[in-house]
Amino acid sequence: MRGDQREGQLLTKLILRRLALGAITLLVVSLIVFGGTEILPGDVANAILGQGATPENLQVIRKELGLDRPAYIRYFEWLGGLFTGDLGNSLATQRPVSDILAPRLPKTLLLGGLAALIAVPLAVTLGLYTAMRPGSWFDRSLTTGSIAMVSAPEFLIATLLVLAFAVELRWLPAIARISESSSPGEVFIALAMPVATLTAAVLAPMMRMTRSAILNVLSHPSIEMAILKGVPRRTIILKHALPNAIAPIINVIAVNLAYIIGGVLVVETIFSYDGVAKLMVDGVAARDLPVVQACAMFFCAIYIVFNLIADVVSIVANPRLRHSK
Amino acid sequence: MSDTSISPAPSKWHLPELGFLGWMSVGILVFWAFVVIFAPWIAPYEESTILTEKSFDPGDGSAFMLLGSDYLGRDVLSRLIYGARVTLGLAFAATVLAFVLGVTLGFVAGILGGRTDDIMSRINDAFVSFPSIMLALILVSAFGSSLWLLVLTIGFIEATRVYRIARSLAQNIMVMDFVEVSRARGESLWWILKNDVLPSAFVPLSTDFGLRFTYSILLLSSLSFLGLGVQPPLSDWGSMVKENMAALNYVLFYGLKVALAPLLPAVCIFSVTLANNLLVDWNLSRSQKDISGELIA
Amino acid sequence: MSALLQINDLRVEGRRNTRSPYSPIVKGVSLEVNRGEVLALIGESGAGKSTIAVSSMGYAKPGCRFSGGEVIFDGISVLDMTLEQKRVVRGARISYVAQSAAASFNASLRLDDQITEVSMVHGVGTKAEAETRMVDLARRMQLPDPENIIRKYPHQVSGGQLQRLMAVMAMNAQPDLLVLDEPTTALDVTTQVEVLAAFKDAIRDSGAAAIYVTHDLAVVAQVADRIHVLLGGETVEEGPTEQILHDPQEDYTRKLMAAVRPPPKRTGEGAGSREATDDTVIDVAAIDAGYGKRIGGGVVVQVLHDVSVDIPRGSAVGVIGESGCGKSTLARVISGLLPAASGEILLDGSALPSDVKDRTREQLRRVQIVMQMPDVSFNPLKTIGQALERPLEFYLDMPADKRRERVAELLKMVDLPAEFANRRPQALSGGQKQRVNLARALAAEPEVILCDEVTSALDTVVGAQIIELLKRLQDDLGVTFVFISHDLSTVASFADRVVVLYAGRVAEQGPTAQILSPPYHPYTSLLLHSVPEMRVGWLEEIRETETAQLAAASVVEIGATGCPFHKRCPMAIPGTCDVKDPPIRPLPNGHRIACHREVAELY
Repeated sequence: MRGDQREGQLLTKLILRRLALGAITLLVVSLIVFGGTEILPGDVANAILGQGATPENLQVIRKELGLDRPAYIRYFEWLGGLFTGDLGNSLATQRPVSDILAPRLPKTLLLGGLAALIAVPLAVTLGLYTAMRPGSWFDRSLTTGSIAMVSAPEFLIATLLVLAFAVELRWLPAIARISESSSPGEVFIALAMPVATLTAAVLAPMMRMTRSAILNVLSHPSIEMAILKGVPRRTIILKHALPNAIAPIINVIAVNLAYIIGGVLVVETIFSYDGVAKLMVDGVAARDLPVVQACAMFFCAIYIVFNLIADVVSIVANPRLRHSK
Repeated sequence: MSDTSISPAPSKWHLPELGFLGWMSVGILVFWAFVVIFAPWIAPYEESTILTEKSFDPGDGSAFMLLGSDYLGRDVLSRLIYGARVTLGLAFAATVLAFVLGVTLGFVAGILGGRTDDIMSRINDAFVSFPSIMLALILVSAFGSSLWLLVLTIGFIEATRVYRIARSLAQNIMVMDFVEVSRARGESLWWILKNDVLPSAFVPLSTDFGLRFTYSILLLSSLSFLGLGVQPPLSDWGSMVKENMAALNYVLFYGLKVALAPLLPAVCIFSVTLANNLLVDWNLSRSQKDISGELIA
Repeated sequence: MSALLQINDLRVEGRRNTRSPYSPIVKGVSLEVNRGEVLALIGESGAGKSTIAVSSMGYAKPGCRFSGGEVIFDGISVLDMTLEQKRVVRGARISYVAQSAAASFNASLRLDDQITEVSMVHGVGTKAEAETRMVDLARRMQLPDPENIIRKYPHQVSGGQLQRLMAVMAMNAQPDLLVLDEPTTALDVTTQVEVLAAFKDAIRDSGAAAIYVTHDLAVVAQVADRIHVLLGGETVEEGPTEQILHDPQEDYTRKLMAAVRPPPKRTGEGAGSREATDDTVIDVAAIDAGYGKRIGGGVVVQVLHDVSVDIPRGSAVGVIGESGCGKSTLARVISGLLPAASGEILLDGSALPSDVKDRTREQLRRVQIVMQMPDVSFNPLKTIGQALERPLEFYLDMPADKRRERVAELLKMVDLPAEFANRRPQALSGGQKQRVNLARALAAEPEVILCDEVTSALDTVVGAQIIELLKRLQDDLGVTFVFISHDLSTVASFADRVVVLYAGRVAEQGPTAQILSPPYHPYTSLLLHSVPEMRVGWLEEIRETETAQLAAASVVEIGATGCPFHKRCPMAIPGTCDVKDPPIRPLPNGHRIACHREVAELY
């Protein structure tokens, strides 16, 4: 089938272009991360020495850290370091950033991943369910309730949970600590409240966006046509509506990843969870730039990659692109 | 059937049918506006006056320290009232900045189009590809967090979001027939902007203003809660939550009332963002179309 | 035997969005459809005709609900059915053809899957049988290469073909009643004939009854046995087609009839009463134009190619063509909104800058444009008075008190009361807005007014009134009009000269009378033959001609080499028309035909 081959090529071309664009975005983001943290009045040397800096010892430190060389050379060195895993040394502890980051990565991924694993299916199901019953009692209370949840800052939810489950009921610890030797049960107890907070924070916006994406699909004339063809409701939803809803739903999920990342920062701080987010917050407070740069790149890379995946799925799900004229 | 007859005159402007939740939201916002303006007259004490030696004194239920004391022994109620000024004031200033910046640049890009638009939009895309709190942390670690810098940081971040909306609004309005008519007449771009584009963009932009204000409040509060926003001795609602978190450990001794110290500022934030979101939602849902009744089971 | 479908005192109400109150749309309509009969529902927008049509399937459109009356299909009350009972009837016994096939087919499913689905969900025979029926029907609908076309996705097929495929889908399960909701309205006139004929054949062959919803009386004349006239959700009158067409009883029906312009007679009697003058006010010379600038000159999407038109002073020049032929682009180029990529526009012999920004205020004043959509032509936040005062201030520097007087005069010129100056555009009807639109152009005291499809967004009756107004204004003021339209009848009734555009090129131009009589450009001939006449039997006659049969065969392809019309042209010369640009053949009175055929062959 020559036609299919040509269609395949077009699709591949589109996807490759999107991937290239994603790579460029990452590069630009790295530039902003590096530039943003380097723009500081005074430099790292200043930050290390703080109040006791004299022009002489500033010079020494600068030379030691290579700060006397032009910024663009340091940028490329830093960029190269990102690929080889050499992220420089922490200013606060002098340890290699990669050593500090390594044990924390899985913890943050576990926290965010668990929250996503619960929130995504739940939000999509609720969004679908309410979209198919617009104006019903269930829909109205859920959409109004979700406005309340969108409005609540993560630390309000977390504080209430701590008050209820740690202070009053004393079922769960207010501090979430896990280690490699923790049993699944211990992990569950430690992470119950952090995951619940994160899930609550991301559930509502995701549900609302899913609902309006589905409503948009359901109000399309082709759905009315299917009704008037006598197609059973179930088939309408599964065969006629869902394929057209996949791309918008995937997009909703990717967009809401920003809420998870924002939430992780607050949640790790509240529950003193040793993840990347807490490391970053502490790093910003201590102006530990190599640490901040590494953490920022970690979160931005995740965000960009997920958005990239969403875009590729949208391209693949679009029949106009999949089957060109 | 003749189309030259006079149709009935358009009906007079009347109060919108907001419903209970809508009016409650308006009430909340008016209440906070009042508090922000008259804080020194309403607050029983100075925000930084230490009234008691004890941390988290729940008070005796009398008018003296109605809501108890915070971790330094200052009056929680007074601090909440002054905190409203900081949180709402900064967030409002940031939102205004975001709109001045975002709308101006977005309109320039949307109206001029071509190369200018391409370059501006690509640069903006780079900033939008950060989660906003990530961008905030990078900027705070670069510039620090004095009040001015906070307003600038949050204003800048939200401006990148406003830019997108303003640009697409301007693009949509510029191709509307009535703008084409003005262009064909030979009107200057400035005249078109002032007479056609800005007035038409006002309603959608004001809805977005509500949303941005909410985001600004939440972003500022989150930063302050992380200890990276408003710095002592000043405090906003977010930093009040942070500094009083330890009160949860005192619940055992003093009872639940001490939990108010960290909880109330969070609830205050919630009341404003909720009122805002309800109004925005009401505004958006006015135009919601029905879907086929037969899909509804 | 009782009627197949009987609707008694039907009432339906609807709301605009989920927060607005319900108001009546259909206010007690009764009708019946017998087996094998085609009933047409006609009326203008808001008459409730398609709401009534889908009520036969027990369906209320989103935002609508039934508030009274009954619908009896084959002895069963449809409105009392459960959803499941309705589902069994829909598609199998009553099926639906929507106005826009492009929107109504699901973009992510293949056409054959969607077409046979009707038979499959209703258990009508096996999948193989359904597919055989589908291919068979597609062939009868004169779809080219039916086995192949049904394997495609909707966006891969042209509009006219999709519309026919929708009829194939509607008939796949062999229903007793077809509901056709403006099925040809979205099509170009040359495509419409074939689709209309295909529908008519299909209805006749299947022996099904049909409800045919349309606003177009000429279309009704071709397909309907009886006509039911509606106005504002109420019945005006009903009767056999011949009676309604020739002996309407009600005022409203007579008005509808009067508003329909007789199709241009192919005998050469045009409207052009004014003497042709040599005094050219605007001369469009060899214009190329399009969208998207390319680096180093040229455009990405070329719309107009080598277009030359001259516009005599005081005349009305009609520009006609199908959607996408570039007629609106021409207006935008003349007004300077879209600067031409190459070529020149001369105003009174001197060159006009191509970009509106470079034109002087005086040059701008002399050429005004009136846009197509009255609803979006006005800044919704300004009053009618403000909209009219601006050109007075801008072009004529008129002081405020003088402006107010002049606004009243302008409103009077377009038959509107002076009080309208204080209204906002939202308070006006579409026709009223279009009148103000004209008044705004007149305010500049221009020499030329470009009218871009000014009646196409309006109902027939209102549109006809606007045309009358234009005629009167031209007689009184002597303004030159460039009248752009897709409707040949309207153009022919108003214009002194006609320019026929095809795929961005001028196919033919000249005095109206000469355009309407031989020799014809083959495309003009196709156009003339495609405009339905308001008499029974026209469709059958016209299908005999060779031209019509080729008309719908192919899609318009812009940018192909040679004559753009060669793929659809019955007279195309292989090896010539598809390779070389056609020569322009001059005839008397500035009549020019672009064709490879000799003039003698074009009679």
